[in-house]
Amino acid sequence: MKSSILQTATNYLLPLLLLFSVFILLRGHYLPGGGFVGGLIAATAFVLHMFAHSVRHTRKLLRIHPGYLMPIGLSLAILSGFAPKIISGLPFLTGIWFPEPIPVIGMIGSALFFDTGVYLVVVGVSLTILFTISEGT
Amino acid sequence: MQVLLAITIGLLYAAGIYMILRRSLVKLIIGLILLGNGVNLLIFLLGRITKGNPPIIDESMKAFEGAYADPVPQALILTAIVISFGLQSFAIVLIKRVYKVVKTDDMDELSINEDDQR
Amino acid sequence: MTEQIILLPILTQAVIAVVLLFCWGRIRVQQIISIAGSALNVIFAAWLFSSVWQNGMASVQSGNWEAPFGITFVADTLSATLVLLTAISGLAVSIYSTATIVGVRLKFGFLPILHFLLMGLCGAFLTGDIFNLYVWFEIIIISSFVLITLGSEKHQLEGAVKYFALNMLASIIFLTALGILYGLFGTLNMADLAGRIAAVENRSLVYVCALFFFVGFGIKSAVFPLYFWLPDSYHTPPTAVSAIFSGLLTKVGVYALIRVFTLLFTDDVFIDTVLLGVGVLTIFSGGIGALVQTNIRKIFSYLIICHIGFMIAGLGLFNELALAGMMFYLIHDILVKTNLFFVAGLIYKIKGSNDMRKLGGMYKTHPMVSLLLAIPLFSLVGIPPLSGFWPKISLILGAVEAGNYIVTGMLLFGSFITLLIIARVWAKVFWKPQVETKKRPDFVYFSAFSKGRKFMILLPVAMLAVVTIYVGFGAEHLNTLAERVATELLDTKPYIQNVLGK
Repeated sequence: MKSSILQTATNYLLPLLLLFSVFILLRGHYLPGGGFVGGLIAATAFVLHMFAHSVRHTRKLLRIHPGYLMPIGLSLAILSGFAPKIISGLPFLTGIWFPEPIPVIGMIGSALFFDTGVYLVVVGVSLTILFTISEGT
Repeated sequence: MQVLLAITIGLLYAAGIYMILRRSLVKLIIGLILLGNGVNLLIFLLGRITKGNPPIIDESMKAFEGAYADPVPQALILTAIVISFGLQSFAIVLIKRVYKVVKTDDMDELSINEDDQR
Repeated sequence: MTEQIILLPILTQAVIAVVLLFCWGRIRVQQIISIAGSALNVIFAAWLFSSVWQNGMASVQSGNWEAPFGITFVADTLSATLVLLTAISGLAVSIYSTATIVGVRLKFGFLPILHFLLMGLCGAFLTGDIFNLYVWFEIIIISSFVLITLGSEKHQLEGAVKYFALNMLASIIFLTALGILYGLFGTLNMADLAGRIAAVENRSLVYVCALFFFVGFGIKSAVFPLYFWLPDSYHTPPTAVSAIFSGLLTKVGVYALIRVFTLLFTDDVFIDTVLLGVGVLTIFSGGIGALVQTNIRKIFSYLIICHIGFMIAGLGLFNELALAGMMFYLIHDILVKTNLFFVAGLIYKIKGSNDMRKLGGMYKTHPMVSLLLAIPLFSLVGIPPLSGFWPKISLILGAVEAGNYIVTGMLLFGSFITLLIIARVWAKVFWKPQVETKKRPDFVYFSAFSKGRKFMILLPVAMLAVVTIYVGFGAEHLNTLAERVATELLDTKPYIQNVLGK
């Protein structure tokens, strides 16, 4: 399917959706949102691009194989779990926070890094699966 | 609301079980998806439905006041949804692979003949 | 002290798996990391076990949330033992797979998935929260789905479809049970639930919930009416995968049954009768099923079912002797069943077939290897002083003590039929003269392997055989361990106190 309306619209929608997914990621923890939802939105943005153009184009746009996002995300999540253990000797996965909020992003703690890890894993997994399905026909 | 949900859950379970008893692989997957959704609604219903009281403590307060919704069932459902998302996408890849190799969608034709392998 | 290291086995496996993902495609590096990591994990698991053995059980609250609200990880003697056994079998499978899994499977991430599976197993054994148990179960089955389909051969996919459908159904039933449980009690911490279930007056709702758990775990551990997927799927993937599946995946179902029916739904006449009936029928149907097969891997698959019955019956008898016997049997079974599939794989590599009609003369051509293979085969039967003998004694004594002679008879029948089957395998594969078969042109036989590869295949078999011999000759230590587990299972108060900190 080739539709120039969809193709043109996607070029503008992709950055907007990615920005929105980051917003959802940062909004998480105390408000609805978080890594999983954000990751899915980011994946959706690329899937829309894939529909409008083709899998080849989307792969080119991504530059790296989405599979590599999985180990990066997982190690980020595991490291954020280890952080409280190393810094203050608290049990694994205990939430620790910087005392002062940072402008725009807000309070930063180990939970945010964990969520970012989840975000990357979700993008990696869903894009790998969808690329596999759409290429294998 | 409870009655409506209970009926929906019953219908989802019934439809899911009917579908997994069919021979087609695609229907098997649809059946499992329906059952999964039924379970999620069941957890939601059994976790007691409380309207209009989100489980978030006001900034001015130290503890909850009055009735509030139980956050645990929602966490459970979210986890279950994430897991079934993974399983279902795997299932779709699997049946696609099976169709490509075995060239059939029929469970009955999947039975292995013991003597001609290995 | 113990609190600090409870999570160590889980985290070690997680870190190994992630490091392996980073080395995607570099097979040699992956194999070295996998073996070194598994060896390290055996050390950590042994450390955890000795710590639990000396200082008693311990629990840790992940995320530092207080007990009934957060997720608890508990290491009691049962969990610590199973984690140690998982680590040992994991090391054996990791070594075996470097020599036998080749080419395309390794490229598509066999080793990282294997370590995710081992992580899931350790998590399932250590968690003290029943919903968390569900999550670990899902990690286990997702990884096992990938392992069983990797390679996409025709018969493999056929087995995978059955395995997939039934296991996913089991998870849904388990989740339904969880929903009902949460609706009834509003908590998911097993120690917190333990006290509350006995106090409920509406017994029928409790039974419905218990039976949902039983069916869910029953499908996973392949008990009597729910086992049909197992013999159809376990012989299809490569040997290393079948070995870890048969040694640990069905046992994690048994572990869940043990936990749920000793801690939550305890000592209820109705439930014990169900367990006993199902156990007896499982022994019977598994044994009879194994008699008529000619493919050795299928025979071993049916024997898994038969021996699951021993453990379920032991759980149903619910006295100290029977529970100790069950625990001892579980230890013996994990080691021997893993080894049994290695044996089947080795026979396949040597002779190019797993069909008993095409085999024979193994003892004449490979006497030393045959003697090595005899150890797991005969300890499965329970020829004294090998490992299968002692737990069966405890189980049968437990059944006599309970005055249940049907179960006693069935346990003897199960042992007898195992003897018959293994004698048949031994006679037909090792003693019978070699049947003339054409050499398969495209098949690489064991004799053509390099020295190093032969060593890597024989090493895990020998390693597990040594552990089996230790279990047989050091039965006194193992019996002390099994009795300690039985005491802990019968008296759950220390467990509850330890978790809730009261």
